[in-house]
Amino acid sequence: MVVPILQQRVRYLFSELGELAHIAGEAIRSLRHQRPSWRDFVEQLHFIGVKSQSVVITTGAATGMVLCAQTYFQFHKVKMDTATGAVVSVGMCSELGPVLACLMIAGRVGAAMAAELGTMKVTEQIDALRTLATHPVDYLVVPRLLAATVAAPLLTAEAVAVGIFASWMVGAHLLGIDSAYYVANMNRYTAPADVVTGLIKATLFGAAIAVISCYKGLSCQQGAEGVGKATTEAVVYSSITVLVANFFLTLFLTRLFKG
Amino acid sequence: MIEVRDLWKGFGPQPVLRGTCLRIEKGEAVVIIGRSGGGKSVLLKHLIALLQPDRGQVLVEGQDLCCLDERQLLQVRRKFGMLFQMAALFDSLTVYENVSFVLQRERRHTEAQMRKLVAEALEMVELRGIEGKKPGELSGGMRKRVGLARAIIYRPEILLYDEPTTGLDPVAGARIDQLIHRVWEQLHVTSIAVTHDMASARRISKRILMLNEGVIYADGPSADILSSTDPVVHNFVNGIVPADSQSFA
Ligand SMILES: Nc1ncnc2c1ncn2[C@@H]1O[C@H](COP(=O)(O)OP(=O)(O)OP(=O)(O)O)[C@@H](O)[C@H]1O
Ligand SMILES: [Mg+2]
Repeated sequence: MVVPILQQRVRYLFSELGELAHIAGEAIRSLRHQRPSWRDFVEQLHFIGVKSQSVVITTGAATGMVLCAQTYFQFHKVKMDTATGAVVSVGMCSELGPVLACLMIAGRVGAAMAAELGTMKVTEQIDALRTLATHPVDYLVVPRLLAATVAAPLLTAEAVAVGIFASWMVGAHLLGIDSAYYVANMNRYTAPADVVTGLIKATLFGAAIAVISCYKGLSCQQGAEGVGKATTEAVVYSSITVLVANFFLTLFLTRLFKG
Repeated sequence: MIEVRDLWKGFGPQPVLRGTCLRIEKGEAVVIIGRSGGGKSVLLKHLIALLQPDRGQVLVEGQDLCCLDERQLLQVRRKFGMLFQMAALFDSLTVYENVSFVLQRERRHTEAQMRKLVAEALEMVELRGIEGKKPGELSGGMRKRVGLARAIIYRPEILLYDEPTTGLDPVAGARIDQLIHRVWEQLHVTSIAVTHDMASARRISKRILMLNEGVIYADGPSADILSSTDPVVHNFVNGIVPADSQSFA
């Protein structure tokens, strides 16, 4: 009873992964053969980047503040107050910044992409595109993929910067940590590798979110229900991908940068 | 030249096309008739490879569409123009952007030339000055005519019309029929239309194919089909419900 269901699940998982790889490959092929439309790219960049500002800033600030407060409460017991800044900064740069910012992007942007493409699919607009001698990947996926890949690291960098600033405000002004030591320790323990790790992660997450969400939209089933399902799955799969990939990227990139 | 050989297509357990065969020569004007839900739209979508057959072949100018990948198909599809049953306009683009879609992608015309071509195409379908509107602001019949303008503007060689006149008032319908006829006559295209409207079929075709039970049941010159004495064709053309079957089966 359990085995066939499990088999079916595994087969489904692999077929989904195959389709994803196919779309990603097609997008790369498209990029090699033709110049993507600058206008569509900028439009997507505006949608993904500019319109995510409030979400990303709030996420960054809230995370930085709470991380600072919690670290301080624990470190205060062993009189290591001034190390708080270092913990916050390393944590934000390499883990929390990229993961949380990209989870927010997956929720906001992934859902919108899947819903838009899914609606186009069920109203035959994707078919119309194909009859007009246009590959859906060229016209729809490539601009979104490029925009998400560019926007995700920028938004992450912004979330991290805001988070660190917010943590300094909380640490130095609210909790009474010595500001100079706070900053000095932060600079001393945060390596360039931490920052680069975070940005590499965010770039990959951005690409993954775009590919997954576009795939879910393009393979949407009939009707309003199909669009709803595609949207939900896009967000769930993107988020899980971000979380799982983060773990492996941490292992891999740490090896790479720190020997 | 378009040829369909033994085409089978089903959705889940339900068979739709069951060994359809047909052949349409270059420059013909053909109408496909058949019952609602009989698979006419599905057949039309196979001709332009929007759907892949379960079995059988679709040949366009001798080239088997099933052997081509999506990118190679784009070259073949450039020869086609298709009007969808529900128009399928891009609802995030304006009418102008919809109609000029292919021209914009091909980047061979200047903006001014495109404006002029779009205005001409809209003029042909009797819609003037709606370039700036979004499809959502148009009526169903207007959308259909915009869809027609979008399909004919880039001068395809083969035009597929899925119910071009349903949802239009009789006068607008007759005008669209005239337009389809004129496009066929003047641009020497191959014209393949699906319709339920026998008056329209008479006006736009030289030859009628009737799809019944997933196969081409009747095939012949329009006048012959419309005056056929075969009971199935006769009942369909004249809208007679056979006495022994009152229900839709
Ligand atoms: N994408 C699809 N998925 C599942 N079934 C489909 C799909 N497209 C069409 N069908 C089925 O195929 C059959 C034929 O549909 P089709 O749209 O070709 O009919 P039609 O002859 O064009 O009818 P109408 O004149 O009402 O437009 C229908 O029974 C429909 O349920
Ligand atoms: Mg139909």
